[in-house]
Amino acid sequence: MDNCDAATGKRTVTETFSGLREQGKTAFIPFITAGDPDLATTSKALKILDSCGSDVIEVGVPYSDPLADGPVIQASATRALKNGTTLDSVIEMLKQVTPELSCPIVLFTYCNPILKRGVGNFMVTIRQAGVHGLVVPDLPLEETALLRSEAIMHNIELVLLTTPTTPTDRMKEIATASEGFLYLVSAVGVTGARSNVNLRVEHLLQEIKKVTDKPVAVGFGVSTPEHVKQIASWGADGVIIGSAIVRQLCEAATPEEGLKRLEEYTKRIKDAMT
Amino acid sequence: MAAAAARSPSRAPPRASASAAPVPSRASVRVASAPSGARRAAVAAAGMQPARAVAAEAVDNGAAVAVAGAPRPDAMGRFGRFGGKYVPETLMHALAELEAAFHALARDDQFQKELDGILKDYVGRESPLYFAERLTEHYKRADGTGPLIYLKREDLNHTGAHKINNAVAQALLAKRLGKRRIIAETGAGQHGVATATVCARFGLQCIIYMGAQDMERQALNVFRMRLLGAEVRAVHSGTATLKDATSEAIRDWVTNVETTHYILGSVAGPHPYPMMVREFHKVIGQETRRQAMDKWGGKPDVLVACVGGGSNAMGLFHEFVDDQDVRLIGVEAAGHGVDTDKHAATLTKGEVGVLHGSMSYLLQDDDGQVIEPHSISAGLDYPGVGPEHSFLKDIGRAEYDSVTDQEALDAFKRVSRLEGIIPALETSHALAYLEKLCPTLPDGVRVVVNCSGRGDKDVHTASKYLDV
Repeated sequence: MDNCDAATGKRTVTETFSGLREQGKTAFIPFITAGDPDLATTSKALKILDSCGSDVIEVGVPYSDPLADGPVIQASATRALKNGTTLDSVIEMLKQVTPELSCPIVLFTYCNPILKRGVGNFMVTIRQAGVHGLVVPDLPLEETALLRSEAIMHNIELVLLTTPTTPTDRMKEIATASEGFLYLVSAVGVTGARSNVNLRVEHLLQEIKKVTDKPVAVGFGVSTPEHVKQIASWGADGVIIGSAIVRQLCEAATPEEGLKRLEEYTKRIKDAMT
Repeated sequence: MAAAAARSPSRAPPRASASAAPVPSRASVRVASAPSGARRAAVAAAGMQPARAVAAEAVDNGAAVAVAGAPRPDAMGRFGRFGGKYVPETLMHALAELEAAFHALARDDQFQKELDGILKDYVGRESPLYFAERLTEHYKRADGTGPLIYLKREDLNHTGAHKINNAVAQALLAKRLGKRRIIAETGAGQHGVATATVCARFGLQCIIYMGAQDMERQALNVFRMRLLGAEVRAVHSGTATLKDATSEAIRDWVTNVETTHYILGSVAGPHPYPMMVREFHKVIGQETRRQAMDKWGGKPDVLVACVGGGSNAMGLFHEFVDDQDVRLIGVEAAGHGVDTDKHAATLTKGEVGVLHGSMSYLLQDDDGQVIEPHSISAGLDYPGVGPEHSFLKDIGRAEYDSVTDQEALDAFKRVSRLEGIIPALETSHALAYLEKLCPTLPDGVRVVVNCSGRGDKDVHTASKYLDV
């Protein structure tokens, strides 16, 4: 394990991707909302996702006004907040569980909770909880200056997003600034499953690969084994699945059943990737 | 000097207020010709300062520099530390495109001519600056002295509020951008009605997002929007009010940005909206300046407007921000009281944060989650506020205070009975503030209240509370 983070003895997001690239593999990145249905279940879900072969896991901090999210993740966040989930309780849960996980955690949070806590303070806190990366969906490149410098200082990789509406020059700047990987939003829209993957993604991947050798992970609207295969065949370095994962947990009658569904779903996706 | 003289409070008491004669004009003649000492004017000016003015004096000089020296907003869309673009990356290109189109059209004579024509013949501008004679009488002290109250009659615009100024201009802008699908959020329904109206006028598809709770309390406006051909989509998330309607409109825009223009209805949201919406409403202040000059040969001394997101207030204030001798007062909704958890007094009680694309004061909890606001007035029931208001507050250029639901209802009734004008519940907040303000003002001070909307839409709500 010479390729590892000194503080946690675990691979960073960047190192995880380079390891996979050497093996010619595509990263599987599931997303779950912390605290839905409760944090104890989230903790168990993280262990299941890890043991089923996740390469990076995105953990969503529930927020009152999730602008970039579709109905599934919105409702999930609302449930989590309703049952009393706070940033502190999410951090506490992560502190307990991250030492047991082999893959790095990327925190997904809207901007205001970070500002409220103070950017530096926030980075220290999540770092101590074993978090390696950060995605802030309402923070475009222009507004990232402060966050980037604090993130770098605390060894947090700040992942930036590029979308089908992003002009090429701007995409280059985003690719240069993004750390860990570049998050390619597959569709023009909010998060949530769609029946087909946007065919522009193949072209966008080619465009991005011309300007950067950073890994690119594709998310938004990805839900089936077929989607995952297609995106991997287009040369993506990773696929991100959010709403479809969240639904496995929230549509079940009990947390136990949800965890079982989650495990089965994850295995199906992983099978499609090998 | 002329400005100081115009402020002189004791020289223009409209004694003959019961007569039908044009009192304001007569007063203006007196002011213009009255040979009054500068010393008296200075005393009067000092008397008009808000209680905290002495402490804020040091800041005031800085404010003057900050206001006069720098563009508002700067190239990054910032008003000091406020504003910016905190939106998903998907929208960044559309915002840049919108900003470019706005600047191009601001220099386009043909566009300006078309807009001016519509504002005149369709909206009905200019709106009158009306001397509220009986309201003035109401605030006179026992010795017959008191301020003079004027109403800027935005309620007389087509569709009954100031909102149409912006809606018309943005619809024209959308046409120029080649976008024929229009979306908007609405709280009280006034912006929704204005948007539905201009979409009918220009033949554009119109979808309005409205909180389910607001649809109930503003049922009349829901019918009006549907009558005008708009689709009204109920938003059930959160508290089902303006905040949630705005979030849903932004999600729609993120999804349909390539075909859709979002007519944001306040001086809030990501850059360039706060600037653009202000520019489309600044006609309110420009007319006020001209009308004041015509009526009394000077400027207003005090401007009062209600603030939810803050569009009618910015529209009135903007023209006068650099006139340091004009007091600017924004009135927020205190709901059940600012010390309860049921209010919408963002500038009074909020902390700096990010909501709906910009940094501004915000009602939020210790975790940075947005707090659900409360106001009897759907148009003020919003946890955020336009970033320029936060800036004007921080530099001490504008003052912000609040009035409760009950005080607003009292003003709703008072102005109906004294002036025969039923004001919107939003506007009633500005009018209610006269109760606090007028006793502190010297004789003859001219106060312009932005009568931002008419209250017909609110009679159903008010009838639940008012015994008439």
